[in-house]
Amino acid sequence: MTHTPFPFLTVLVLVPAIGSVLVAIVPRHAVAAWFHEALGVAVSVVTLCIAGTIAFKFKAGFGGFQLASDHVWAKDLGIHWSLGIDGISLFLVLLTAVLFPLTMLGARARRDPRSFVGWLLLLESACMGSFVSLDLVLFFLFFELTLVPAYFLIGGWGYARRGYAAIKFFVYTFAGSAFLLVGILAVAFIHQSQTGVLTFELPALMHTHFSGTEGVLLFLAFTAAFAVKAPIFPFHTWSPDAYAEAPTAGSILLVAVMAKLGTYGIVRFDLNLFPQASRTLAPLLLTLAVIGIVYGALVACAQRDLKRLLAYSSLAQIGFIALGTFALNSQGLSGGVLQMVNHGLVIATMFILVGWIYERRQTWQVSSLKGLQSPAPVLAGIFTVAMMASIGVPGLNGFVGEFLILTGTFVAHRWWAVAATGGVIVAAVYLLWAYQQVFHGAPTTEDTKTRDLGWNERLIVAPLIILIVALGVFPKPVLDRITPSVNQLVVHVDRVTNTKVPAGLEPRPVAAAQQHPGASSAIAPARPPADLGPAAAVTTGGTP
Amino acid sequence: MSSLLLLATSSAGPTIHVPHVDYLSILPMLIMMGGALALMIVSSLFRKVLGVGTGTLVASAASIAALVAALFQWNEVSTHGAQVTIAGAIAFDGFDVFIQIVVAIAMLLTALIADGYLRREGVEGPEFHVLAMMSASGAMMMGAANDLIVIFLGLEILSIALYVLAAFNHKRAESGEAALKYFVLGGFSSAVFVYGIALTYGATGSSNLPQIADYLSKTVIAANGVLLAGLALLLVGFGFKIAAVPFHMWSPDVYQGSPSPVTGFMAAVAKAGAFAALLRVFVSSFGTVRADWQPIIWALAVLSLLVGAVVALMQRDVKRMMAYSSINHVGFILLGMEAATARGVSASLYYVFTYTFLVVGSFAVITVMARDGDTGNQISDYRGLARKQPVVALAFAVLLLGQAGAPFTTGFLAKFGVVSAQVATQGYVLAVVAMVSAAIAAFFYLRLAVTMFSPVGIVGDVPDDAILGEGGTTVSDPSRGAPTVGGPIDSGGAVSSLQVLTDAPATTAVIDRGPVAIPGLTALVIGVSVAFTVVFGIVPGPILDFAHQATLLFP
Repeated sequence: MTHTPFPFLTVLVLVPAIGSVLVAIVPRHAVAAWFHEALGVAVSVVTLCIAGTIAFKFKAGFGGFQLASDHVWAKDLGIHWSLGIDGISLFLVLLTAVLFPLTMLGARARRDPRSFVGWLLLLESACMGSFVSLDLVLFFLFFELTLVPAYFLIGGWGYARRGYAAIKFFVYTFAGSAFLLVGILAVAFIHQSQTGVLTFELPALMHTHFSGTEGVLLFLAFTAAFAVKAPIFPFHTWSPDAYAEAPTAGSILLVAVMAKLGTYGIVRFDLNLFPQASRTLAPLLLTLAVIGIVYGALVACAQRDLKRLLAYSSLAQIGFIALGTFALNSQGLSGGVLQMVNHGLVIATMFILVGWIYERRQTWQVSSLKGLQSPAPVLAGIFTVAMMASIGVPGLNGFVGEFLILTGTFVAHRWWAVAATGGVIVAAVYLLWAYQQVFHGAPTTEDTKTRDLGWNERLIVAPLIILIVALGVFPKPVLDRITPSVNQLVVHVDRVTNTKVPAGLEPRPVAAAQQHPGASSAIAPARPPADLGPAAAVTTGGTP
Repeated sequence: MSSLLLLATSSAGPTIHVPHVDYLSILPMLIMMGGALALMIVSSLFRKVLGVGTGTLVASAASIAALVAALFQWNEVSTHGAQVTIAGAIAFDGFDVFIQIVVAIAMLLTALIADGYLRREGVEGPEFHVLAMMSASGAMMMGAANDLIVIFLGLEILSIALYVLAAFNHKRAESGEAALKYFVLGGFSSAVFVYGIALTYGATGSSNLPQIADYLSKTVIAANGVLLAGLALLLVGFGFKIAAVPFHMWSPDVYQGSPSPVTGFMAAVAKAGAFAALLRVFVSSFGTVRADWQPIIWALAVLSLLVGAVVALMQRDVKRMMAYSSINHVGFILLGMEAATARGVSASLYYVFTYTFLVVGSFAVITVMARDGDTGNQISDYRGLARKQPVVALAFAVLLLGQAGAPFTTGFLAKFGVVSAQVATQGYVLAVVAMVSAAIAAFFYLRLAVTMFSPVGIVGDVPDDAILGEGGTTVSDPSRGAPTVGGPIDSGGAVSSLQVLTDAPATTAVIDRGPVAIPGLTALVIGVSVAFTVVFGIVPGPILDFAHQATLLFP
């Protein structure tokens, strides 16, 4: 772990929180109407700059935690303010930092912008805190803290059935967390009984030994919380309601950022703390992931509402992330982590666009929209790019992640990968179908009056589209930073579970093995080590 | 003050052996009683001249003096360790001082809230503060008691004053109704409690707590039926005072009917006193027979956690909701007791301390929100508060979040403490039940919070009405004139949520009264409570340490 004299991560967490307090204490009538929103954007841009600095300071090729800071927070309870960042969390932090200002600009409140911005900033702080916490209780605090602003955002600014959606969201996720807290405490006390030290810090706890049953039960307790948050099938029933009824900003952040807390939690805590149980239960989780992929895709086909369609497509995408994670090898996990970022970018773009369509037409029904391509060509074009990325077309970011995931899974669990590939095809079906319905065909008079994106709206989605393309053609800088941390995790899992570490994996990161990164070879950075060649070849064939 | 002490010493008389009285060990409760007597005498002499302000002033001064005295006690206890004084009747230790401090703070905050309430309701006179101070001295005595008889004395002083306080607003019929219910059931539970003392005395030969502990540690009672019956009856008595399920039946009606400041006082002070005695009696005296009582506490905790949380969901009256929420909190405090470890006791103490601020602060808001004549206690009355009075709404939201156990509030650390005490003793089931109940409870706190932030009368925006069952009002309220959302639906009993979603807003929109008046002193209490909840939620060290120290000084 490397420490730093300047507490970048603490500042990263505190700046949005302080911004939120500022927004709350500046009275509405004392300033101009735009003041609170401008303040919110300014604070989130400052946060983005801090996140950028962190990315700049971050040393590639080093797998451990960087920029760490560690202070005693509640001595009596053994809780530390312990923050650190590694390749797994770095890009989630950046994703969060990028999406918040764009969301504030692109999905503004319909009423009471002051409270709206205040809750958004608090949510940003909580998300950042969750991604950089190394102390389990601190993580839990931030993880829970995300619920409060999210509940207020859905309940206060959502659409028709917002009360119901907010309640369902809250009860499901909090109930999952109930098991998480008890699990965290149990881990700490078992660790205390073995070493005599009461601590909640991950680097210490990851060397705790659990008996088989203990490990499995604790794994399940942790996974309950993360699976609900992600959501992984069959814990997803809250998500279509919450995503559909939330205001656009809420939908974006719920899916793009908060869902990642669940998948991130699995990677960070489940795998580190319970390697043996993770390996034992991997087939279960892989099966759920595959069911999620196929089920999500099929149900998405049947949706007539764009937001619900995106909600189910997310279920499928999260399934992919879980699939890669429980492949428990370097490609799968790297792909999973990368796909968290990819999915965040793509789904955020799509929700912003769908939000704009609603602003123009007051509907999300696929059937009431037709032929938008001719009155709104830019909107259609951007939607196409995001859709292609979501389908996994080479050259866009979705492909790299899905490819790595399927490769990794194929090596470890062949038939699950084969089944999951089916989901990729169905994804193409429902997205193309929706696109066809909404953008193709002869527009009605109402459709022809639909305004295209203005320059400000184009500027808001531009960064997202740039990132989607950039990550698709040149993912090497990202993978260079993700892979060392992932490899370290894989080695930890393999060591505890006494599995032979594949020769090509441990010393060399996947991406570092590449000689020719560049725009011409989208596949190149993802090429696995030589000994896994045949498997990769087969999987490539299955990817559209 | 000194003349009063002299009087107490000389009146004991020469014929009886007078134990050495260590006045420092009982100073806070003497100050409280003295303040009550002084206020009563002064105000009866100058009835015409003195108003509500005098009572508030004397009560606040006495509370602050008691607080200062308790700080001196703390100093004494931390330098010289735990002591037993006044012929073994009083335990003078960190635990005792902790409770004195909690009660003194609760008394101070209540006195400040009551000032505005009494003026608003036009119920002037010093009696409120006199009774509250007497009641507080009873709670302090329960915290200090080292003998079952002294606990009983404290319990009665605490309760009798509270019965009268519950009936204090004589203009409201439900206030009297609440008092009567409280009195009848309270008197019954006191009788049960005394019988428990008698049986315990019969089984162990002493009513003195250390002697009981000593006896039980040296003796194995072959036929322990009498002891167990005594334990059970004591537990019933305590269970009633702390309102643990299934001894909670009185609390929703009494909480709803009593004047709001009294409800807050009841929730904070009566619980602090009763929990102090409960922890001392069971964890310390009956610690050796814990295998006998732990399963009962386990059951009480589970029932309180679940019943409190689930039934609170269905309430439309905020005070009733708070009554059930307080039952849920009792379940949490019992978690620490069930663990029966130093960690558990310390966690329970921390919980009691932080809960005091949360509940008194919440009832301060409820007091002002109820408006003239205590008529605005429905959840729907809180709709749109954020628009009219954003600061009050934010403060109440923080207090509610604190009660819900939201991160970075004292409420979270309190819940974390008791749950971790359970997990440390492998009480996984209880820990999970507690967390699940916290999830349910968090929901109704947040529902109320979202209601405040929702605009008045927007169709479809009914987070507060999405779940309901029993109608909140069992105490009749003839003074309530405005048509409320509760009216037509309550009479119908259970209603599907769909129906509520479509029906409720039309009636809800009717109630939109102007901003509520907030007296300065009440605002101060709300501010202090919020500040305490947030500041010590972010910087938890001092209070956690305090609770921990208090347990270390527990013999």
